[in-house]
Amino acid sequence: MSNELVNSPAVRETAVPVVSPRRMAFNRFVSHKAAVVSVFVLAILVVFVALSPLTARYGVNQSVQAPPNSFLPPRANAWLGTDDIGRDLYSRLIYGVRVSLIIGLFSAIISVLIGCVVGAVAGFRGGRFDDVVMRVTDLFLAFPFLVTLLVMRNMLGAISWLTPIIGKVSSVRFIIVLFSIFGWMGVARIVRGQVLALKEREFIEAARAVGATRRYIVRRHLLPNSIGPIMVALTFSVVSAIIGESTLAFFGYGPQAGDGATSLGILVGQAKGAVNTGFWWLALFPCLTLVTIALTINFIGDALRDATDPRMQKDG
Amino acid sequence: MSTSVLQVRDLKVTFATPLGPLVAVRGVDLDVSAGEMTAVVGESGSGKSVSFLAAMGLLPKSATIEGSVVLDGHQLVGASPKLMRSVRGRLMSMIFQDPLSALNPVHRIGAQIAEMLRAHQTMSERAARARAVELLEIVGIPQPGDRALQYPHEFSGGMRQRVVIAMAIANSPKLLIADEPTTALDVTVQAQILEVIQKVQAQFGTAVVLITHDLGVVARVCERVNVMYAGRVVERAAIHDIFDAPTHPYTRGLLASLPQAGVERLVPIAGFPPNMLRPPSGCAFRTRCAHAIDACGAGVPELRPQGESMTACIRSGELTVSA
Amino acid sequence: MLRFVIRRLAWAVPTLFLVTFLVYIALRIGTNPVESYKRINPRATPAKIQQYIDKNGLDPNYVRGYFRWLVNFVTLDWPRSIKGSREVWPQLKDALANTLRLGAAASVVGIFFGLMLGVYAALRPGGRRDVGVNTAAFVGISIPPYVSAILLQLLFAVYWSRWFGSTLFPTSGVYPPGHTGFNLLLMLKHMVLPVTVVAIQIIAVYARYMRSSLLDVLSSEYMRTARSKGISERRVLFKHGLRNALIPVVTIAALDVGSIVGGLIITENIFSYPGMGKYFLSSFGEGDFPLLMPWMVIIVASVLLFNLLADVSYAWLDPRIRLE
Repeated sequence: MSNELVNSPAVRETAVPVVSPRRMAFNRFVSHKAAVVSVFVLAILVVFVALSPLTARYGVNQSVQAPPNSFLPPRANAWLGTDDIGRDLYSRLIYGVRVSLIIGLFSAIISVLIGCVVGAVAGFRGGRFDDVVMRVTDLFLAFPFLVTLLVMRNMLGAISWLTPIIGKVSSVRFIIVLFSIFGWMGVARIVRGQVLALKEREFIEAARAVGATRRYIVRRHLLPNSIGPIMVALTFSVVSAIIGESTLAFFGYGPQAGDGATSLGILVGQAKGAVNTGFWWLALFPCLTLVTIALTINFIGDALRDATDPRMQKDG
Repeated sequence: MSTSVLQVRDLKVTFATPLGPLVAVRGVDLDVSAGEMTAVVGESGSGKSVSFLAAMGLLPKSATIEGSVVLDGHQLVGASPKLMRSVRGRLMSMIFQDPLSALNPVHRIGAQIAEMLRAHQTMSERAARARAVELLEIVGIPQPGDRALQYPHEFSGGMRQRVVIAMAIANSPKLLIADEPTTALDVTVQAQILEVIQKVQAQFGTAVVLITHDLGVVARVCERVNVMYAGRVVERAAIHDIFDAPTHPYTRGLLASLPQAGVERLVPIAGFPPNMLRPPSGCAFRTRCAHAIDACGAGVPELRPQGESMTACIRSGELTVSA
Repeated sequence: MLRFVIRRLAWAVPTLFLVTFLVYIALRIGTNPVESYKRINPRATPAKIQQYIDKNGLDPNYVRGYFRWLVNFVTLDWPRSIKGSREVWPQLKDALANTLRLGAAASVVGIFFGLMLGVYAALRPGGRRDVGVNTAAFVGISIPPYVSAILLQLLFAVYWSRWFGSTLFPTSGVYPPGHTGFNLLLMLKHMVLPVTVVAIQIIAVYARYMRSSLLDVLSSEYMRTARSKGISERRVLFKHGLRNALIPVVTIAALDVGSIVGGLIITENIFSYPGMGKYFLSSFGEGDFPLLMPWMVIIVASVLLFNLLADVSYAWLDPRIRLE
């Protein structure tokens, strides 16, 4: 008898489509217009940069024309003007953004990998390990960023037996390592917080009741349910790495791969000198690019955070 | 006929949701007389809490409220915020299911009760604190003078609920709405809390609306019962009539599903609760009712007298009454 | 409560030693103090070099060296700078004063307006002003301080004088070059731009913190209880809402303020403001160990102190924490 009722026309008439959590999160993300616009802008930028040999008009170290070629304002053969030795800012900007994006992406990925492991273990096991990790990261993160950055940079660079592994001080590899060392701590804290919140939930208790090992629980239950905050942490790591790189470059510690290679940070760093001399294009365009990248990634991260917020999901 | 404290007529509450308008309360009629304990029984989603949150004016702005709610002569639907503020806590109070989250974690409980007192009576802070201690004693908190200085997290669940009750009756309201006050508590504590509510009712002459899904609780303390389903009251009767001679198939289903000693198999109500975004036309229960006929889908049935009770089933007269 | 504070203090003291020890190691490895000394003073005799090593605790054994340095530091027998043997404290004192002024002004302005904006936005979530504030705050945190510093400099230094002939807000230094003595108006004028730059970031960050914390609190059950008491909406907002919403914000503020002493390096650099930042950059660049260590100690002490303060204020504001 109950089967008949379940399929009766009256019941079918009242059915409402079921929406999966993934779909709901996607819908919530998409409702953030700024984030959607950011995705497009960022995508265009990334494509542009990825196709760099094609999209750039000149080589990264190539002069636009024969001298006089320095400090030319934007014009037909140099869309964004030229720098002190006549190189096209537009092309250098493309190559520079590529380097910075690589630094940002790789250091963020490594940070997230390390941070997830440490954070999950700390949150799940608790106890002494958790205490120590918390205090250490607390302290590290409480110090002025630039001071720790510069001191760490010098220290790592001076330890000679590390150099073969992490590269020379001015290499892209070194900078990626440097930011990874910073980045994992923030991620670990986020993941730890999430694990702590999930640890007490019934489905974890249920998993334990059927004899699941700790590693299984972490791998199969805790981490997948933390995807939201992890993705958010990833995006913010990218931004902080990119901005951090430009901060380093500002002081002349940026990636110097020689033969004219540049990064977004280096280009922004040169903005300071350009201000006093009135060569506004050397300041404006790199700064604008940096801000745009930071803004778009931040918008996306923020929308991701809203979309995956567990608070929203418990629709009371 | 004793004086009526609360009269609800044709109360409708609609929520604006991303999936469309959701009518959570679809026309509720209710009466509460002075000093009596009335139960409002129903499943989750039946609209029982929402109805009274609407009466209190505690629903979010996305809710539209229509109909009439008269409390002690004041019309509450569409009332000004000023009127609502003067009514809340003075003429009518509400206590909620989870006493831990209902109390502000950073204020001492004595201060929280004192706040309630001073909101509606002119009293010095000291007098209010003293009165708060008295109220704590009434609800059975030992060493009330010391405990008034403590924070909510220092109390056990049952104690906390007593504190919440003390706070709610601080200004001797005419009506106390208790929304699932015992659901979050242990069974032994449940009985204690019900006793406290009864004591308070006797001492202050407060009418009580007990919202619950637990018929066992109802049987202990209530005089009249309103059964709600899918946003409407489907049966209203005196406590004995509800248990001895239920007139609505839903009520009968509820009673039949109660675990009984000696009965081995539980008898659930077939089917699922309706989705309030698209409730069935006509009688909302017909999708689960063994006695449904075509006429049941024709129009939403109104409450009609059936013996001593009121019922919203068009076939109530024909169906045999089972004990 | 007192026990809580004492326990935290007990933690802080060994941490102070441990961290300064780590800093000591990092600086020795990273800046190579002895080589720096030799580089700046190429004609120094071996005796002088040894004296430098002794006074600064630069023994080959790190632990012994650290203790030697510690003893000298604590007895206020500070070694002099490697450049021209200047005294450390006068320089440090001035730098500290300048930065404290800048940091305090920017923090007060920033946190105050940030919190107000956050409350303003949270009161009507999703509405136009909420979106407006949120977006503005967003843009604020996405623009690194030195970008806004450079743009402001561009605007006020270069173009303003080009358009209007004179500079409205100076863009460098504490006083105009060559000025002596104390002049409040001049000092304030010089502080306007740097404070603005720092305050923008602070306002943006705190507006978002406050907004999110307040939104969290506003949807709590006890807010509903508070309303059901029939008290005024203002009281509900302040005594219940804000009181709870401020807890996490105050904690974060305490931590932030702690790092401000060393956190203005870029802004100071761009505006040629002679504060702790400039002090650090020049001494770090030279590898001037005697100048650097006291600077580091101030930073470490400040961070630990405010960490402690953050913990204490959190416990004071939230009684649930105290019983741990």
